[in-house]
Amino acid sequence: MNDFVSLNQGSGGKLTHELIEKVFVKRFGIAEPLTDSAILKDSGYTLAFTTDSYVVDPLFFPGGNIGKLAVCGTVNDLAVSGADPRYIAASFIIEEGFPMNDLIVIAGSMAKEALKAGVKIVAGDTKVVDKGKCDKLFITTSGTGILKPDMEHISTGKRIKPGDKLIINGPLGNHAIAVLGARNKLSFSTPVTSDCASLNHLIRRVLQSCKEIRFMRDLTRGGLATVLNELAGMIGSGITIDEASVPVDDPVKGLCEMLGFDPLYLANEGKVLIVAGAGEETRVLDILRSDPLGKYSEIIGEIVPDKKKLVVLNTSVGGKRILDMPSGMQLPRIC
Amino acid sequence: MKYIDEYRDKGLIMKLADQIGKSVRRDYTFMEVCGGHTAAIHRFGIPSLLPGNVKLISGPGCPVCVTGTDFIDKSIAYSKMEGVIITTFGDLVRVPGSASSLEKEKAAGADIRIVLSGLEALEIARINSEKKVIFLGIGFETTAPGTAVTIKQAEKDNIKNFFLLSAHKVMPPAMEAIIKEGVNLDGFICPGHVATITGSTVFNFIPEKFNLSCVITGFEPTDILQSILMLVHQVNRNTPKVEIQYNRAVTDKGNIIAQRHLSQIFEPCDEQWRGLGVIRGSGLKLRKEYEKFDAEKIIPVRIKFREEDVLCICGDILRGLKTPEDCALFARICVPENPAGACMVSNEGACNTWYKYKLIK
Repeated sequence: MNDFVSLNQGSGGKLTHELIEKVFVKRFGIAEPLTDSAILKDSGYTLAFTTDSYVVDPLFFPGGNIGKLAVCGTVNDLAVSGADPRYIAASFIIEEGFPMNDLIVIAGSMAKEALKAGVKIVAGDTKVVDKGKCDKLFITTSGTGILKPDMEHISTGKRIKPGDKLIINGPLGNHAIAVLGARNKLSFSTPVTSDCASLNHLIRRVLQSCKEIRFMRDLTRGGLATVLNELAGMIGSGITIDEASVPVDDPVKGLCEMLGFDPLYLANEGKVLIVAGAGEETRVLDILRSDPLGKYSEIIGEIVPDKKKLVVLNTSVGGKRILDMPSGMQLPRIC
Repeated sequence: MKYIDEYRDKGLIMKLADQIGKSVRRDYTFMEVCGGHTAAIHRFGIPSLLPGNVKLISGPGCPVCVTGTDFIDKSIAYSKMEGVIITTFGDLVRVPGSASSLEKEKAAGADIRIVLSGLEALEIARINSEKKVIFLGIGFETTAPGTAVTIKQAEKDNIKNFFLLSAHKVMPPAMEAIIKEGVNLDGFICPGHVATITGSTVFNFIPEKFNLSCVITGFEPTDILQSILMLVHQVNRNTPKVEIQYNRAVTDKGNIIAQRHLSQIFEPCDEQWRGLGVIRGSGLKLRKEYEKFDAEKIIPVRIKFREEDVLCICGDILRGLKTPEDCALFARICVPENPAGACMVSNEGACNTWYKYKLIK
C-alpha cells in the first residue's frame, strides 16, 4: 500500500478490500466473510448489526438527500441480511456555518424515511467542527434488527447451488448518475432521479412467500459487478450474467456511453440482488414486480460450477467477457 | 435506445461476422489506432467473432498512454510549487511518472483537481484568482479544439492566472512513424472521432505513399465489423484507399470551425510520445501571441531526465510490435490498481482493456 490514503481506496473495489483487510480486519480480529451486517448471537437472540457513513456530495440530489440516504442505506444493509430492521443511531459531523434550515430539512427527511421503513431513531451524537475541517455535513448511521434463525444463511450465501437464479429489482445506475447530474459537473440537465429507497418491506414480502432465498445484497458502491465478484469469491462458484437482460434506463445508458462509465459498476441505493433456488425465480419475480420498488425486476443470470470463480458476461452482441472487480473509482463520492 | 441499439443488433452483427468469414483469403493484420476502438473491440468481444486469420493490433491512440514520463514529472514538479492548482482529466492522475504519480502527490497534499473540460479548469482559475491554475492539456485533434476554445475564453475574459501545459498531439505523423517502424500491416481502422474534426483527407498519404488500406470507423460493434469487412475487400482487390465507414459523422473536409480554432491557437511542434520517441510535427504548442498562457514559458520548471522502466513494453505495444500478453509485468506486477506503464492506466489503454475484458477462450 502507498504511504498516504488515496481516493481510490474508498471506491469499493479491490483497493478498498485491500485497505480493509490489511489495516482493519487483522487488527480487529473480525471473522470472515465480511457481509453487510454482523450477525450476533447472545442470550438466545440473534441480532444483525451494521454501520455506514454518508459523505455524498452534493447533500441534496433528485430523489433524496443525505438524510434519506443515511436511513435507507442502513435499513437496506440490515434487510438484505434477512433481518427485520428496528433501531437506528445517527451521528452528525457538521461544518461551522452550515445552514440551519438545510439541517432541519435533512433531519425531517430522516424522520420521514424512518417512519416509512418502520424503524426508530433512538440514539445519536452531534459534533460541530471548524470551517474547512469537514465538507458541510457527514452522517453516520448504525442500525440493528432481529434475525430469525431460518434467515441466518442469507448474508453468507452458504446454501447457494449451481443453477440458482440471480434477480435484481430494477434498472441500474440511477443514483450515481442523479448525483453526478446534481453536482453541476455536466453542462446539461438529466431527468434521472436517484433510486434511494428503503427495501425492507419489499424484501420481507419476498422472504415470507419464498422459501428458497439463498442470498441477498444491496447494490451500492461498486455496483452489481462488485457484488457479483464478492459473491463468486465467497461461495467458490462461477456466475453467468446475460447483459441484454440487465435493465438500464435510457438516460443512464446514454450518459454512460458519453462519459465512458459502465452501468454495471455504478452505485444504486434502492436495488437488491436476490439469489433464488432454481424453480422459485418466477415466484420471486412476481412478488417483486407487484411492488412499485420492483416493477422492473428481471432475472439476469445464474450460478454455474466454476472453480476459477469467474463472473462471465454474455455481451448483448453475442460475445463473452469477464466481468471483473473495479480497480479504481469511476466517480467521486456518491454515498 | 435510439442510435445505440441499431448499431448493436445481434442479427446484423452475426451477418457481418459471417461475411467476413466468407471473404477472407489469406492472413490479415489491421491496426486500430484509436483507444476508443481498442476498448469497444474488447468490450463487445469482437475478436471472438472474427476468423483466426484476421488479427487486430492496437496502436498509439490512447492520449493518456502516449503521454511521456517527462510530462508527468513536469506536472508533478508544478504541483509541488507554492500557490499552484493542477487541473487534469481523471485518467491522467494514475499515470506513473519516473518516481511518483499525480494521484500519489494528491494524497500527499498537492492541490490537484479532476475536471471534465478545459472550461471547468478556467472556472477554477476565475474563483481562485490568487493561485496559478495549470491545465494539463492532453488529447488528439478531438480534444485539442476544446482547449483552444478555453484559451480564447481566457483571453477574452482577461484571466491572468490560467496556464496550459500542452501535450496535445496530432495523429497522422504518429501513423506514419509506425509504418516506417516496419510493423507488418495491411491497413488501418482509422480513428472516427479524429476524422470528424480533421476530415478524411488527412489520411490520404497512407494509401498513396505506403499502399495501405484505410477505413474511417465508428465505435459500435456493427461499425467495427463493417469496417473490417471493407478492409478485407480492399486488401483482396489490392485497391488501397481511404474509405469512410463512419459516414454519419465524418466528411472529407471535417469540422471547419474546430479546425479554425485549432490553427488560431496552436502551431505544430515536435513532440515526445511514450514508446515512440520524438515525432516531428506531431505536437501542438501555443502560438507566440498566446504564450502568456503557456505554463512552460511563464512558470519555468526543471526536471531530471530519467529512463523509462526497461521491463515495461508499453512502447512496443503502442507501436503494434507486441501484445500485452508478451509483457513480463502484465497482470503480474502491472495491474490497473498498480500500473507500471501508461497502457494499463487508461480505460482505453491496450493493457487495461486486455486485463479488464479478458476473452474467454
